[in-house]
Formats: sequence, structure tokens, C-alpha cells
Amino acid sequence: MSDDRAERVAAGRPVIVLPCSGVGKAFGSISREATWLVVEQLRPAVTKTMCLALLTLGDEDAVREVRESRVITVDGCPTACARVNVEQSGGSPAAVRVFDVFRGHREAGEIGVTDIGAAGRRLARVLAEEIARKVDEIRAEEG
Amino acid sequence: MLPGRVRVKIGLIACSGEALPGGTVTRLAVRRVLEALRPDDTVTLCLPLFLAGSERERSFAHKFPTITIDGCEKRCAARATAKCSAPPAASLIVPDLLAERGLPPPRELRALDEAGMRATDETAAAVAAEVDRLLAEPRA
Repeated sequence: MSDDRAERVAAGRPVIVLPCSGVGKAFGSISREATWLVVEQLRPAVTKTMCLALLTLGDEDAVREVRESRVITVDGCPTACARVNVEQSGGSPAAVRVFDVFRGHREAGEIGVTDIGAAGRRLARVLAEEIARKVDEIRAEEG
Repeated sequence: MLPGRVRVKIGLIACSGEALPGGTVTRLAVRRVLEALRPDDTVTLCLPLFLAGSERERSFAHKFPTITIDGCEKRCAARATAKCSAPPAASLIVPDLLAERGLPPPRELRALDEAGMRATDETAAAVAAEVDRLLAEPRA
């Protein structure tokens, strides 16, 4: 185990799940819903989320936290704001893209931005389970 | 509008704070202004695009008089907009706005509770009023 990983395990730091803000896109809303499902229901004891805007601002505490923690970013569009903001803050995230999950579930139906609807909630659940698997992989790697 | 005049649009930037109920309120309030209250007069941008996007995104607050809407006193949207683009024309902070009106803070992140829905209504109305004020200002 590398020194930085050993430090994280010793500190018992939760995995940070960080969705994009996606205020204009339905997939942004899904990334957000899936993140909350993970941190509130699927893996509440070992994950947390934080505000992505803190990284855009360059908030020192938030930047330090993503550098010292394992981070999973969840992006709703190819610009990958969450991943890029974490990388520019010095973090090395595992990246999940909503589109990759959606490709396997095209039957999902119409999804809105403000209200993602039943189809959006189904997709968010699938995405959340994918994120939870990644959380488990990361924790298994860290022993 | 006079022929040849460019229609001014107002930029809206929500903090969208994923980790706090006020962030959800900012996001929903901005969506309501964009979709229902002032659809012809407003545009938006995802705040993290200031870092992840190009010069085009970073020129947003130069191009559009911008209103930032923040869910907490850290004011990430207002400060990041000023830092990465240009100072916003107006800034709203949800807890301040609710305190002025004697309303309780929202407590739920995902499905807004009654306080969250009321906060969204009030924030959206305040943003729409700021849009009207900025559009009424004389321009060079």
C-alpha cells in the first residue's frame, strides 16, 4: 500500500462522490440524484458529497480534501466539469459518465431537468448502483 | 424593441451546492426563472464551466449582466464568477433572503420539504425582480 493510501485508510476518510452541477441538462440532474442515492442510501457510512462550486472557487479546505481523499466524479456531459474541476484542484478521480450508463438503458423514456420523472429516477438508480460498485472497488483496493 | 437593437439577456448562475439544501433551492429557482418566469430574458451557465470550459464560458459575465444565486454564506457563485469571469451585476444569498422574509431554512436536500418549496418560490421571485431591474437600467 502506498504511503498516501495508508494515510487515507488510517484517517478513515470517506470516498467523496462529486456530481456535476449540470443546471441546464437532464443528465446533470441525474448525476446529482444518483449521488444522493449513494451517500444517503446505498453507502452512507463510507461516502460523502461536497459542493463542486467550492473547487471552482478554489476554496482551500475543499481543494485539500479532494487531494487527500479518493474521489468519484459523476458527469452529465462530455465537458466533464466535475472531473476537470477535481483534476485542476490536484485530485485524481475515478470518473463515471451518465451517458455511458444511459447507452445501456435507452428505453428509459423522457427525462426533464427540473423533474427527472420516473424514467430519470430509474436511470439514477442504475447509475447509483454503478457508483456504489466503484466505491466498493476503491475500498477493496485500499484494504 | 427597436429594429437593429440587440436584445439584452440576463445571465443567471446558481451555486447549485450539491451538499446543502440551499444549493438545491438555487438550482430550482434558476430553472423556474428560465422556464417559466422570464424565459425570454435569461440564460444560464453551469458554474464549474468557468474552470472546465473555454474562454467563451469565462467571458459569460462580461457578455451578460449576471445575477448569482448562492445557497450559503460562502457565496461560491458570486466569488467564483468575479474571480473567473467578471463581477456579477447582482448577487442573492438564499439564507439572507429567507431571513429578511422571516421564513425558515430548507432542511431536505433531495425532495424539498415545505420550507424548501417556499424558499424556491421566494428565491425565484427575487431573481425575476432583479432581472426586471437590470433590464430597466439604461445601457451605454
